[in-house]
Amino acid sequence: MAKNRTEVADIDRSLYDFTYGEEGFERLAAGITPDIVREISSKKDEPEWMLELRLKSLDIFNRFPNPTWGPGIDGLDMDNIVTYVKPNTDQKHDWDSVPDDIKNTFERLGIPEAERSYLAGVGAQYDSELVYHNMQDTASKMGIVYSGIEEALHDPQWEPIIRENFMTVIPPTDHKFAALHGAVWSGGSFVYVPAGTKLDFPLQSYFRLNAKGAGQFEHTLIIVEDDADLHFIEGCSAPKYNVANLHAGAVELIVGKRAHLRYSTIENWSKNMYNLNTKRARVDEDGEIEWISGSFGSHVGYLYPMSVLNGARARSSFTGITFAGAGQNLDTGCKVVLNAPDTTASVETKGISKSGGVQTFRSSIVATPRAEGAKATVSCQSLMLDAESRSDTIPAMDIRAKNVDVGHEATIGRIGDDKIFYLMSRGISEEEARTMIVNGFANPVSKELPLEYAVEMNNLIKLEMEGAIG
Amino acid sequence: MPDTALLHVENLTASVEEKTILHQVNLDVPAGETHVLMGPNGAGKSTLGHLVMGDPVYTVNDGRIFFDGEDVTDLTTDKRSRAGLFLSFQAPVEIPGVPLSSFLRASIAGRPGLEMKGKEFRRRVKELAAELDMDTAYLNRELGVGFSGGEKKKVEMLQLLLLQPKLAILDETDSGLDVDALSVVSRGMDAYRKSCNGSMLIITHNTRILEHLSVDRVHVMVKGHVVRTDDASLIPWIDENGFESFEREAANAAANAQ
Repeated sequence: MAKNRTEVADIDRSLYDFTYGEEGFERLAAGITPDIVREISSKKDEPEWMLELRLKSLDIFNRFPNPTWGPGIDGLDMDNIVTYVKPNTDQKHDWDSVPDDIKNTFERLGIPEAERSYLAGVGAQYDSELVYHNMQDTASKMGIVYSGIEEALHDPQWEPIIRENFMTVIPPTDHKFAALHGAVWSGGSFVYVPAGTKLDFPLQSYFRLNAKGAGQFEHTLIIVEDDADLHFIEGCSAPKYNVANLHAGAVELIVGKRAHLRYSTIENWSKNMYNLNTKRARVDEDGEIEWISGSFGSHVGYLYPMSVLNGARARSSFTGITFAGAGQNLDTGCKVVLNAPDTTASVETKGISKSGGVQTFRSSIVATPRAEGAKATVSCQSLMLDAESRSDTIPAMDIRAKNVDVGHEATIGRIGDDKIFYLMSRGISEEEARTMIVNGFANPVSKELPLEYAVEMNNLIKLEMEGAIG
Repeated sequence: MPDTALLHVENLTASVEEKTILHQVNLDVPAGETHVLMGPNGAGKSTLGHLVMGDPVYTVNDGRIFFDGEDVTDLTTDKRSRAGLFLSFQAPVEIPGVPLSSFLRASIAGRPGLEMKGKEFRRRVKELAAELDMDTAYLNRELGVGFSGGEKKKVEMLQLLLLQPKLAILDETDSGLDVDALSVVSRGMDAYRKSCNGSMLIITHNTRILEHLSVDRVHVMVKGHVVRTDDASLIPWIDENGFESFEREAANAAANAQ
């Protein structure tokens, strides 16, 4: 039966294998057209409302300007954006076409042979069905739904719920790439936790979303009803390689009254990637969202998970780390809208830059006139590992209510030579000493992760420190 | 070079930021001996300790440092440690996020005879902590973070006992300690000497820590020069008279030289 199938739902590339008549080709190549969007929707056999949403999003995408306030996205061919939606099918999808640095990283991270080609997006799907099955069985016995979002959309029980919520947390009007996402989204997860249900182990998307190039425009919708509790983990530390270098996914999280959701992510995109991802949570009265976020890899990244605290006493906490190495410009941070009385938010981030990498922390705290008694603290620590790297902090605050308490602190520093000397005086090599200090710096984030993910993240930092990943 | 000395500093001249701090220093510590390096504040005692350990803050302008028969002048600090040198810091650093136990583990990793398996390592470290009146809860805490001055010094002694170096340079290990902590440090030094017949170079300007130690030689340093080397009878003399006479002599010598 379709509903509880554990298919590793992902992007079906054949959807994008369009054929065009000769005369139409020039026009189509210039951009994404309503016809392309209609074809995507029709191949997915979607309800009419979804097609309308896609077309509306496309219109917004075509009208909105590119962002000019962040890292350059000149490497994206915006005049020929269709190539990102329709990857070149001539591209060799085999192990030989995977760049060496990615192969080496798999090796160093100890990823089993069987998984490597799968994670690299060029192989058959790795057979993780069993693990995934067990996880899903337990969850579904509790009434929790965890399925591919496209499957759920075809289920009469869930279609109305998706319709009610889809792209309401992140409207297509939010920014140009949210609109692009709305127009061409494909694949992703749907999670529904009924009221009062508390799952005591994390749901992991490791076995789903890393499939086949990991989804460029995947959509995640998680609904945690009143009094329910969920920990969801997205991604893994293996670099995700994709022949098309744009990722514009969306994550929409809806947290009910007194409900709790922890959303943990480790992202490690290959270093050609433009990661323009949007993640947002809407939290009701006394509800809580916790973000744990590790951003590694990619060439350019814009990533600011956002919490909209709509109910009184709703809480948000964000713990994040960003590591920008050679050739990387990662603009990351967090946004919070305090939109109800006595809401609270805490933001704690760590930024690391190395070998000319640029790491920018950007935060925005908005307290609306309804936010009387709200509190927010923002703390950002950056570590520059050499003189050619760069770290910036751009905190913004917009307070429109009385009795709001907002604090910000930022430190930007380097590794002290005295610390290196001390560790070396105990027989630890310079490289190991630096890695140890950086891992210690990252510790507030890794200690929030389940052990196996924390170990992976430490290994990843170790690799980055060696410069072994290109 | 004399092959009797474990540490042999020969004609060492060193500077920091173009300013010469040590002038043609000669100093020997033979194996198994306990030496004391004394002198007023700013004499260059700590600098000498750091130079022997290879602190890159300082530049060696002239002279050589030999340890255990090898010229270590150009060796990196980690290699000197692995050759059997140890420096106990006056102000140990703080490394947030790194548990003390992980750091200790890394410090013995790959050392023949010292590397231990997890269980054995934990037992050994607990033993040492008990010997030093140290709460084992510290082992899980972040290195140095929130430790009092006394706790930091205990952690230095713990490392000394764990690493069992051939030569321990103890840089003002006694400074800023209360009587209890001081007695723990004395016990640690004693345990170190007994456990591996270790040699010590104790840097201090305070004779209290030396009361229970059998000291072989005392070196007095003033303004970057070693101005006197003598036996332990020099300690009570300095206790009574301070360093003024040495400083005067040094000033006169400098005046005569010009």
